[in-house]
Amino acid sequence: MVKPVIHVDQLTKTYVIPEREGGLKAALRSLVHRKWRDVKAVDHISFDIQPGEVVGFLGPNGAGKTTTLKMLSGLLHPTSGEVTVLGFVPQRRDKAYLKQITLVMGNRNQLQWDLPALDSFELNRAIYRIPTRQFRETRDEFIELLDLQDLVRKPVRNLSLGERMKVEIAASLLQRPQVLYLDEPTIGLDVTMQARIRSFIAEYNRRHDATVLLTSHYMADVEALCKRVIVIHHGHLLFDGSLADLVARFAAFKTIGVTLEDTSADLSRYGEIMSVDSDRVTLRVPKTETPRVTARLLADLPVMDLTVEEPLIEDVIRQVFAQEAPLEELPA
Amino acid sequence: MTAYFDVYRQLMKIGVMAEIQYRVSTYFYMIGMITEPVIYLVVWSTIARSHGGSVGGYTAGQFVAYYIVWTLVRNVNIVFTPYGWEDRIRTGQFSAMLLRPMHPIHWDLAFFAGTRIMSVIMWLPLAAILVIAFRPTISPTWTQVLVFFFAIWGAYLIRSFNQWMLGLVTFWTTRVGAVFQLYITAETLLSGRLVPLSLMPHWVQVLADFLPFQWTFQFPILALIGKLTTRQLFLGLAAQLGWILGGIFLLQLVWAACLRKYSAVGN
Repeated sequence: MVKPVIHVDQLTKTYVIPEREGGLKAALRSLVHRKWRDVKAVDHISFDIQPGEVVGFLGPNGAGKTTTLKMLSGLLHPTSGEVTVLGFVPQRRDKAYLKQITLVMGNRNQLQWDLPALDSFELNRAIYRIPTRQFRETRDEFIELLDLQDLVRKPVRNLSLGERMKVEIAASLLQRPQVLYLDEPTIGLDVTMQARIRSFIAEYNRRHDATVLLTSHYMADVEALCKRVIVIHHGHLLFDGSLADLVARFAAFKTIGVTLEDTSADLSRYGEIMSVDSDRVTLRVPKTETPRVTARLLADLPVMDLTVEEPLIEDVIRQVFAQEAPLEELPA
Repeated sequence: MTAYFDVYRQLMKIGVMAEIQYRVSTYFYMIGMITEPVIYLVVWSTIARSHGGSVGGYTAGQFVAYYIVWTLVRNVNIVFTPYGWEDRIRTGQFSAMLLRPMHPIHWDLAFFAGTRIMSVIMWLPLAAILVIAFRPTISPTWTQVLVFFFAIWGAYLIRSFNQWMLGLVTFWTTRVGAVFQLYITAETLLSGRLVPLSLMPHWVQVLADFLPFQWTFQFPILALIGKLTTRQLFLGLAAQLGWILGGIFLLQLVWAACLRKYSAVGN
């Protein structure tokens, strides 16, 4: 059996947060009697990730995704539990480990703001001790793949958000890391730029067999890149499996699109009408009822066309986020 | 070692380029900074002249030399201030620094050294104006110049370590500004920044001997203006080395605890 690249076992992170009521009285009281509260950002989560896997790490804001990524990258010490990545314990911050990983945060800029990105690239070459030949090959490859020819010569502050993100990702991968932690890499970008970054990540994964753990609120990122998703909420692991399984398990409804010869027919008794677009009606039907409703529609009405579709992945994820209980307590 | 040389070279290059980007604001900042020693210079050289030519062993021309060299030393010993740490943590820059396979202090040491080199080049015309306007008494030997060269970088390193240690306090409290203010007050009084220490009361001079501040201002200045014997020059360099090694040792000692404390919530 292949040894997992990332091994997480009962990982927990608790923050101790000061708190007090509002108002002057409470402010004065807090001078002598300070109150603290434990907040479990990550609560006993476990998973393994195999070499070359691209895994979507999903959860609503405050679910514990970034905290987990920070523990995996060695920025935070876990309160309890065990983590190993590439055989290293991240919080020991071995240089050999740091050279093999990268953490890209969508809203962060690690490039030199006033200088062209080429200078930041050169700096990374020195910091990561990349052999000159390999550095030039990788740099030129990334410039071509991400279409950066003109961008890398402009001061970073003159780049748009999307352009900056492309350059940022290129800079973060120059050392050819084996493990990529990507935290919202496409946040705030237009769809074209998102697609470009997605295809670049997929290409990097293919060429270098890198392991990728990706968080994103854009389901298009997840659908395009991840066969497997891990869902956490309130620090608990809610789901770990394929995207198809997630949909099958949590999608309570399907949508049926019907085109009729007679547009005056009332379809409300077959399901919830979601939209009517000239002669086409879209119905929302409980998943278990779908075969029966479909059969009835075909039998009762002059149907010209009928399609049954899975719900949008966004809707499924929203439903998963509505769950509070951990995986084992949820109905299968 | 070669790898670190390469990193320092690249970072210094970036420091120089960054300073070039901000050349106008740097110049304005420098002009503002020079106001402080020029006031001291005028006051003390006037006092010296009115006291028959010298005060506390300094002639008017030596006071002028002291404060003109002061402007050079001050230009070189500017380092990353503790005020910047809070912003660095809040914006996530420190997380980015920690993810690199090198100690983050190397970044600050090398980058700021680069900015200082550029700053010194930009200081030269101002120094020329000060020399023409106030006519300092200064004729250093080659030994003094050589010792001065090492001493200003020694001052830079001591100040870097001091202020880094203060910056690390940010992990425990967001009130590091108050601590830093206290540090600056102590430095102003006990470093020779305000006046040469020989003009201060005896107990202040004794206190200053136990603290690092005089090695960040007064020692390099005195080295260049010819106020120290050869023995004092080399003992001074040795003292600077001692404070630098002490800084490295202390940083090693507390670094692991600092990393444990660092909890970049939402950064």
